[in-house]
Amino acid sequence: MKKIINIVYTDIILISSILAIVGLMITACGGDSDKSGSDEFSNVQKTNPSGLSDFELKHGIGPIKKELKLGPIDEAKALEGEKIFESKCATCHKLDEKYTGPAQRNVLQRVSPEFFVNMVLNPDENTEKHPHAQEMLLKYNMQKMTNQNINVKDALSLLEYFRVLDRELKQKSTN
Amino acid sequence: MSKKYLKALIIAASIVAVFALIHSGCQQQKDVLSGSTADQVFVPPGSYDDFYLFTSGGFSGQVGVYGLPSGRLFRVIPVFSQDPEKSYGYSEESKPMLNTSFGFLPWDDAHHPELSQTNGIPDGKWLFINANNTPRVARIDLSTFTTAEIIEIPNSGGNHGSPFTTENGEYIVASTRFSIPIPNRDVPISSYKENFKGTLTFISVAKDGKMSIAFQILVPGFDYDLAHAGKGPSHGWAFFTSYNTEQANTLLEVNASQNDKDFVAAVNWKKAEEFIAAGNYKTMKATYYRNHFDEKKHMAFSEKNTDVKVLSPADCPGLIYYLPTPKSPHGVDVDPSGEYIVAGGKLATVIPVHSFSKMLKAIENEEFDGDAQGIPVLKYESVIAGEVENCGLGPLHTEFDGKGFAYTSAFISSEIVKWELGTWQVVDRIPTYYSIGHLNIPGGDSKKPWGKYVIALNKITKDRYLPTGPELTQSAQLIDISGDKMKLLLDFPTVGEPHYAQSLPADLVVKNSRKIYLIEENEHPYVTKAEKDARVERNGNEVHVYMTTIRTHFAPDNIEGIKVGDVVYFHLTNLEQDWDIPHGFAVKGARTAELLIMPGVTETYTWRPQFAGIYPFYCTDFCSALHQEMQGYIRVSERGSNVPISYKVGN
Repeated sequence: MKKIINIVYTDIILISSILAIVGLMITACGGDSDKSGSDEFSNVQKTNPSGLSDFELKHGIGPIKKELKLGPIDEAKALEGEKIFESKCATCHKLDEKYTGPAQRNVLQRVSPEFFVNMVLNPDENTEKHPHAQEMLLKYNMQKMTNQNINVKDALSLLEYFRVLDRELKQKSTN
Repeated sequence: MSKKYLKALIIAASIVAVFALIHSGCQQQKDVLSGSTADQVFVPPGSYDDFYLFTSGGFSGQVGVYGLPSGRLFRVIPVFSQDPEKSYGYSEESKPMLNTSFGFLPWDDAHHPELSQTNGIPDGKWLFINANNTPRVARIDLSTFTTAEIIEIPNSGGNHGSPFTTENGEYIVASTRFSIPIPNRDVPISSYKENFKGTLTFISVAKDGKMSIAFQILVPGFDYDLAHAGKGPSHGWAFFTSYNTEQANTLLEVNASQNDKDFVAAVNWKKAEEFIAAGNYKTMKATYYRNHFDEKKHMAFSEKNTDVKVLSPADCPGLIYYLPTPKSPHGVDVDPSGEYIVAGGKLATVIPVHSFSKMLKAIENEEFDGDAQGIPVLKYESVIAGEVENCGLGPLHTEFDGKGFAYTSAFISSEIVKWELGTWQVVDRIPTYYSIGHLNIPGGDSKKPWGKYVIALNKITKDRYLPTGPELTQSAQLIDISGDKMKLLLDFPTVGEPHYAQSLPADLVVKNSRKIYLIEENEHPYVTKAEKDARVERNGNEVHVYMTTIRTHFAPDNIEGIKVGDVVYFHLTNLEQDWDIPHGFAVKGARTAELLIMPGVTETYTWRPQFAGIYPFYCTDFCSALHQEMQGYIRVSERGSNVPISYKVGN
């Protein structure tokens, strides 16, 4: 068996234990963390065993270390991002249905653009340390998000693609 | 327990602890001073070894990859034999690698690994290895640890003395162990002396590694055993041992052991290049294959070659000389300075060391002792630099430490003998267990050995390991050569017979190691680059399944409309782009081996369903927490059924 698998297993056991305890606490308090199975960004402030910074708690761990200054959507990059999504992400993510991973059309309504990019670029560390990523791991059958070796430039193109989808969602809701 | 007692206990414990510390401090120092054997080979869990060791897999046809000093086995690289574990020689893409002029061959006997060199020093780019049975040379790419190319050698009865490199890979040399009629034809075996010939082959290696047969030299029908190229001042020459100068064709153990001296053939390959340029060669018809693996298309291609340039010594004065060498010499090794040519005379009582500079002088002064079938034989006294006496019984091979010492393996007396270049005095010896063949020092046949260890490569292990029935493992032994006295550190078993090995510092290889194949660069004609393109297409009774893999599903994973009598090609593309995440593939009842598909690669699995029914398939390489869920079904209907092709993944 591969070393990496061992790590996953140990992590899973560790994470499960932590989450089980956290879960117990929440349910004991009468909380309802999973309304209609949504993938809402969890209130991470309460659980921070990895000692992440405030920025990391909000925006994930990875190369993006300060808030992105987003200008107007770059349509050409968005088209490029769509292609990347089709080849590297669509194996596990559909836009509108739960598949191996969560439905992605509304991802930017669930997480910040910075979190999105950091998760794409650094799924292993986020799954290990970030409370939201850990919660998603539990929800998605312990399927660790695959590291697809996407570079920063391509991750930013993916972001543009999801900004387009986000714009469409917002237009629909205002119509 | 009262407080008083507790306090006394703590004080007592502290005193004991302090003493223990002092004591263990002394112990540790003593261990360091005396050099604890276990410490010298212990690589802590999670740490890397210092050196790679590549051993020939002998009759397994493969190459073993080990770490030193731990002796841990990392990988078996399939080269000349099919390997069902890695689908090598089973997948449609890899089958052409084993094509020869005799068709597809599933097996061969691999002997001598040789690292590629730049300026006479191993550079960690490629590893070459020979096939002895059906003469070939393979090139292994050390960025992927896979076989990149195999070239067949025409006009050869068996390729033993091979594949030794010149300083910059200008050539890889090969010599015929078995002489045969050239061109091969139907003659009485008893006409050996009249009809049988040997060849010395020079394979050129292009900058990108591509091998081609540059030329061959037709030589008298002896057995040509081993070789090494010159270096430094002797760069431009290559040396080949020969035995059976008696030209016996039966009971060679007696009949080929008659002459007191056989020959080392010295070939001036720079001169050969001049003769080729001047057109002094004959073009012979000969069929031989070159197979190479295309890293972008992820498949092997075979090309058939039909002729080869052959030089005859009679037409090429100054091309080749024979150095008389006692007796039935096996190895021939050139020291780091390039001046000394050491031959291991299997049946000799001394190790003869020839001098390159004396050889040049003897050629200039024509100090000949007659000729052998037209090839000038130099006078032994004119070329010999020294003889190492008391060298053990059955000296075979010599490697060098770069500090002025040579290490020779002695097969019959099962030992390594260390001796000094120049004085020819034996300075140390150490037993090996048992029957050592080759030996290897990191960089030990190059211009700049790294030294530190010598590895004994043993044929017989008898009582060294737990028995495993009639056949026992072969082995390697790691011996420390950093001090005056050799010291045995470790025994470890090897894959097949480790004829020869090569080793080098790990960082020369690690820095080039590939992690994934980029899916964007995949040019396989049956690639599926996105899951949405996964599909099944029927073309007559041929069915092509374009399937993708990712943790943790196949797409499609439900397929219907396959019929008995179909030939089903599963073209699997692994869409993973993460290190160490291959996926496997196997279908119940398929008469082939699994696929093991690296990230970004496309591979093809062929299945001829025999009976109607439902056939599961699954991932064979544990890939994620839901690996056991990575499975699918294929429905096979009777011939002539009208179930249409359909496929899906997910609801």
